[in-house]
Amino acid sequence: MASGEVTARIWRGGTEGHFQEFRLGYRHDQTVLDLVTEVQRRHDPSLAYRFACRVGMCGSCAMTVSGRPRWTCRTLVADVVDKGAVTLAPLTNLPVIRDLVADMTPFFEKWRKAGGRFEAGETPAEAFSTITHDDPARRAVDAGIECINCGVCYAACDVVRMRDDYVGPAALNRAWTLVNDARDAGGPARLAQVAEGGCLACHTRQRCAQYCPKGLNPTEAIAGLKRRVTAAALKGEL
Amino acid sequence: MSARLDVWLWLAHRASGALLAPLIVAHLVTIVIAVQGGLDAAEIVARTRGSVFWGGFYFLFVAAAALHAGLGVRSFVAEHARLSNGPATAIGVVLGLVLLVMGGRAVAGLVL
Ligand code: SF4
Ligand code: SF4
Ligand code: FES
Repeated sequence: MASGEVTARIWRGGTEGHFQEFRLGYRHDQTVLDLVTEVQRRHDPSLAYRFACRVGMCGSCAMTVSGRPRWTCRTLVADVVDKGAVTLAPLTNLPVIRDLVADMTPFFEKWRKAGGRFEAGETPAEAFSTITHDDPARRAVDAGIECINCGVCYAACDVVRMRDDYVGPAALNRAWTLVNDARDAGGPARLAQVAEGGCLACHTRQRCAQYCPKGLNPTEAIAGLKRRVTAAALKGEL
Repeated sequence: MSARLDVWLWLAHRASGALLAPLIVAHLVTIVIAVQGGLDAAEIVARTRGSVFWGGFYFLFVAAAALHAGLGVRSFVAEHARLSNGPATAIGVVLGLVLLVMGGRAVAGLVL
């Protein structure tokens, strides 16, 4: 992997704005987030961007990197530099606060709208739920549980772009982990919540799965929800 | 719009699509057979007039197409014209009814 020089075109402003160019050197092991930090520390302290963990855990550093959403703390400059340049913009499908910072409020509001919270039920559980490792429902939860809420899938999804009411892949992936949680008491009400403005609107084009930095497959979770929702409707439970 | 109605419409869209596939194949095969020796209105009407089978076949075809197209356009305008569910459903219903009436008249003309 090479080191070299790169022209970083960085979005400045809010919804209206422009790209500002910075000419920088980069090292073979430097991440896109490091590059942005360097710009902010050495060239323009007014640049706004967001990060916390720098190791791919918190989900706060996602941006649009040369046209596609990525987690910038685990993306090497060397891997994305194209013809000596890289273009950095805030995540799409979300309002822009300033520079590289998108407003995540709609993302988390939809998470709530899709019932993303564990429901304990009215009465305390009388006994521990026994869940074995090879239980198929447990496996389905495992497949989706590592989501870091980075919003990459949300920014990548065509249906999110086209439909204001669509809750998006991450929220549905979360709902699927709860539907498969033996301890969750959400029941048919949870399924009704994910049907409307939810799983039925998905086009199954898998852009979410293609770009998810954690390698999750929200499309598969959504397909599972479609099956559950259909079964519930046929049984008259919705 | 209730979640239940949404699910039923979604299912109807898939089911009508699944039904259309074999009907279209049968329709194409029938055309190929019917045009052997030239396209002749009298020959076609002779086959379909008074036939419960052809009447049922084409009416099912028309109903499935009207349902499928109406529901498809409903999603399409919701996405591309950014309409909310209510107006999008209204447009889909109107289109579906127009197709159903036009197709129904054509089938009646062949069979009755
Ligand atoms: S598969 Fe569904 S949720 Fe994923 S990007 Fe496509 S439409 Fe969005
Ligand atoms: S599903 Fe993947 S891309 Fe979407 S928010 Fe979670 S970690 Fe990010
Ligand atoms: S800074 Fe935490 S995931 Fe990138």
